[in-house]
Amino acid sequence: MIIDVIGLIFIVIGFAFDVFGCLGLVRLPDVYNRLQAATKCVTLGTCSILFGTFLVVGFIAAGMKCLLCMIFLLLTSPVAAHAIARGAHRSGVKLWEGSVVDKYAEDKEGEA
Amino acid sequence: MKSKMILFALGFVAWLLLNWPPDWQHSLTGIFIAAFVAYMTGDLFIQRPHVLKHPKRYWYFVMHYIPVFLWECLKANIDVAYRVIHPDLPIKPGIVKVKTTLQTDTALTFLANSITLTPGTLSVDIDRDNGILYVHWIDVRAKDIDKATAQIVERFEGILRKVFE
Amino acid sequence: MKNIRWLIGAVIIVAIVAFIVFRPLPFLFYHKLPYVGFVGRALYIILLACVMCLYRIWKGPTSADRIVAVDILGIMIVGLCAILTISTGRSWYIDIGIAWALQSFISTLALSKYLEGKGFEE
Repeated sequence: MIIDVIGLIFIVIGFAFDVFGCLGLVRLPDVYNRLQAATKCVTLGTCSILFGTFLVVGFIAAGMKCLLCMIFLLLTSPVAAHAIARGAHRSGVKLWEGSVVDKYAEDKEGEA
Repeated sequence: MKSKMILFALGFVAWLLLNWPPDWQHSLTGIFIAAFVAYMTGDLFIQRPHVLKHPKRYWYFVMHYIPVFLWECLKANIDVAYRVIHPDLPIKPGIVKVKTTLQTDTALTFLANSITLTPGTLSVDIDRDNGILYVHWIDVRAKDIDKATAQIVERFEGILRKVFE
Repeated sequence: MKNIRWLIGAVIIVAIVAFIVFRPLPFLFYHKLPYVGFVGRALYIILLACVMCLYRIWKGPTSADRIVAVDILGIMIVGLCAILTISTGRSWYIDIGIAWALQSFISTLALSKYLEGKGFEE
């Protein structure tokens, strides 16, 4: 019973981080900042939801699949974010005008 | 051959987790499927199998890397939530250059993943030849390459060198 | 001006969350399983987050914004499947979640390659 309550607390924390991540997706000004907020918050939020589900349902088939899915998300979500950021910068998406420095564009102009 | 054996073991464990209450029919099917997958794609997965023999590396991975990673991840989420809720959006973004001394593929992948999930940073591109990572930083505190390296990379670099190299 | 816009948005979100807390989703109640009231409220919150993603897909100025929003939507649907596993007691919902996570990752990689403007050989 106490384990169920702990699992539900994990699920609530996960929902809060999901909503914050999507709020960042709406509010922040350019692609890279949106990618930062969304990737961090939604990855940890969904992992927290899956861990809470594992605690609630226990060591049955669904719980084991939750753990596997959690490991998979933690490994692949940063790779997807990295690929999107690289593709966006190479396709010419500008940084926000309040940005301070862009070493990557300087180095690429030096090469080309 | 050794990397095929390791991939066979990993695939069989993943199959058992997917069919959780293990019985002999599922296990028999899993042995055949894991052997087929290991035979087809075994050479692509692990290039340096001798690394997996040292038990000290597992100890460092579990006891040093994972607690540091989870703690930084939680701090990152609270930081992003604060920046999103604040009415003035206190951000000062930019792309900076940091340098690393790690060499192998696995260590660089784990370093890039750790940078992406820690507070305020996102790895954009990597230059293997010179050991340079380009990192998008949501709150630029140091434009210089040495100071940025000291603030971003050095939390993980020592641990990852002990684990993977 | 910025503070006024922030205040209007905060009032809208607080109103939606209050509505969620007082009016749970009714269609899950006949299962007579534990935590159904909690799950009926929780599904509304994740649908609110999905609506924010859909706003970014609709309004995004560049195609990179839309790709980010599709990726995030795919990750959140995995969480939705986990919640449905608890509320209905059927364990095959998490199978949908695993398959969705795999397919979403591969489609995101393909879309970012397309965005980069190169072939798939590299």
